[in-house]
Amino acid sequence: MTRLSNAFTKPALVCFVTAGDGDTAANLDALVEGGADLIELGMPFTDPMADGPAIQEANIRSLAKGTTTANIFAIATAFRARHPDTPLVLMGYANPMIRRGPQWFADQCETAGVDGVICVDIPPEEDAALGPFLRAKGIDPIRLATPTTDAARLPQVLKGSGGFLYYVSVAGITGKQQAAMDSIEEAVARLKASTDLPVAVGFGVRTPEQAAAIAKVADGVVVGSALVELVAKHGEDAPAALRELTSALAQAVHSAR
Amino acid sequence: MTEMANSFRNQPDDQGHFGDYGGRYVAETLMPLVLDLEREYRAAQADPAFKAQFDDLLEHYVGRPSPMYFAERLTESLRADAQKGSGAQVWFKRDELNHTGAHKINNCIGQILLAIRMGKTRIIAETGAGQHGVATATVCARFGLPCVIYMGATDVARQQPNVFRMKLLGAEVIPVTSGSATLKDAMNEGLRDWVANVHDTFYIIGTAAGPHPYPEMVRDFQSIIGIEARAQMLSRVGRLPDLLVACIGGGSNALGLFHPFLDDPEVKMLGVEAAGHGLDKAHAASLTGGAPGVLHGNKTYLLQDEDGQITEGHSISAGLDYPGIGPEHAWLKENGRVEYTSVTDDEALEGFQLLCRTEGIIPALEPSHAIAAVAKVAKTMPGDAIILANLCGRGDKDIFTVAEALGVEI
Repeated sequence: MTRLSNAFTKPALVCFVTAGDGDTAANLDALVEGGADLIELGMPFTDPMADGPAIQEANIRSLAKGTTTANIFAIATAFRARHPDTPLVLMGYANPMIRRGPQWFADQCETAGVDGVICVDIPPEEDAALGPFLRAKGIDPIRLATPTTDAARLPQVLKGSGGFLYYVSVAGITGKQQAAMDSIEEAVARLKASTDLPVAVGFGVRTPEQAAAIAKVADGVVVGSALVELVAKHGEDAPAALRELTSALAQAVHSAR
Repeated sequence: MTEMANSFRNQPDDQGHFGDYGGRYVAETLMPLVLDLEREYRAAQADPAFKAQFDDLLEHYVGRPSPMYFAERLTESLRADAQKGSGAQVWFKRDELNHTGAHKINNCIGQILLAIRMGKTRIIAETGAGQHGVATATVCARFGLPCVIYMGATDVARQQPNVFRMKLLGAEVIPVTSGSATLKDAMNEGLRDWVANVHDTFYIIGTAAGPHPYPEMVRDFQSIIGIEARAQMLSRVGRLPDLLVACIGGGSNALGLFHPFLDDPEVKMLGVEAAGHGLDKAHAASLTGGAPGVLHGNKTYLLQDEDGQITEGHSISAGLDYPGIGPEHAWLKENGRVEYTSVTDDEALEGFQLLCRTEGIIPALEPSHAIAAVAKVAKTMPGDAIILANLCGRGDKDIFTVAEALGVEI
């Protein structure tokens, strides 16, 4: 068992915040204290083209404060020291990841104790740009499946992917509307028929009620924009609000089945 | 096969790669769409009816072929500073005479025909200065399709005449305030729209960049420039030119001119990037001053910092003000087939005025960069040498920018 697969032995709450936005160490601690089973740490990028306004603004706030790639790995390293058992995944865009070469990035991930990497704009067709370097270090490249990923394409998405499968429930950007529950249920069933990887569902999940409904049918629920909005609203004082929302979400997810 | 292997004209490979560059670096939601687009483009390429309709519109709607013009007074004026017997002949491919005043329309005609063929009912596009936006709005009006143009709020403010043109043509212009509110942010917003409207929407990308098959497709639609130029040169002077020159933002007008000549070894090529205030200051010269990376669906040269964050380009020409470049140019730079240089804002302004005074042609600020490079290089070449430069746009849109730069109040 790895830290990642351990997280999915029961329905898992996956929480996203952007690195360098607010007091990130305290924010991450609040998520863990609230009951998050897995942390996605967003790597800020100047051009987050798959993200909606909430995460776009978090990227801008973080970069305006001068967040560097070195800062992000320092945050990850310190998190690993404080929370040896909580899986940590980096999520972001290709360019900051491969800027110093994919080998450098994979080495840094290994040193920092990162368990997996979600790269939004490296589809399976471009896997050679990063995937082999991560796998060689035992770091899981986590792929996304979407409503446009049809049955013919799914095997290609699954090949070489690890950790869990992230189902993007709406064709769109982060933080907007949620998909209808019946379409999520159908999609998750279809995905699980093709893979042994846990399936986590995200995009547009904001409330404990939504999270509970998804946790009934999926292995995990991803919440991002709703948390990032709390950081926007409360700034350095966000941990208390993050802990409160995470706790409500975790309770809903963990008692769903 | 040997012949194919030695060709510069058989890129990209079947994965959309030009050597290390290009590719399909998009979110999974868009991946099935770009695969579908590629299939439809291959089918259209094999369909004589598609080509016939494209050619017919280029002739009767756009006004092609565009003329090939010997710039006699410009040539003489450059020879005045050259050693005796030196000073190449300067010829222009007159794509500024196209309907809508630039080369952009060639590509828009091709892409909207493809959109209609695919049954798409809504068109989106990004624009910087507004030229591609105007060309897209034009073809949407011509074919009766709704059109949404994303334009950085900064550009909306400084390009009001083009915003009004797009609105006259029935397009909805959406100012983009995210990020730096310029062309790259407009492209981000275009991609966000596309990802949320995958079923009915076609994204007309304006330059030879983006995920495969866009760089290849845009190049192919723009190659009419070089195909005509090659035939016109052979018919007018009985031989090919010695040097081709074109400005480069994303690089579609340059590829359109260069590509049909790539396998003619006697023809040298020079791409001209925007050096802005200077290469050590704010500029938009991705090849000369950038490094390889991934943005907007392709791997190519980008203006970026050491952490891979994209930095702002600057050029007096809004059409060259983009922090990336088409991936085929990155490949042509690395294999050495095309030489790349850069020209500053001030040099481009001199090129602009030079052409106005010597030839009675007001060029856009984009090809003014090519003119400035021609002025430098012509005098170093023998008097019987031929330079062919692409005059890819006319300068009506730029007179306010030029007036301000020259300190003139209109």
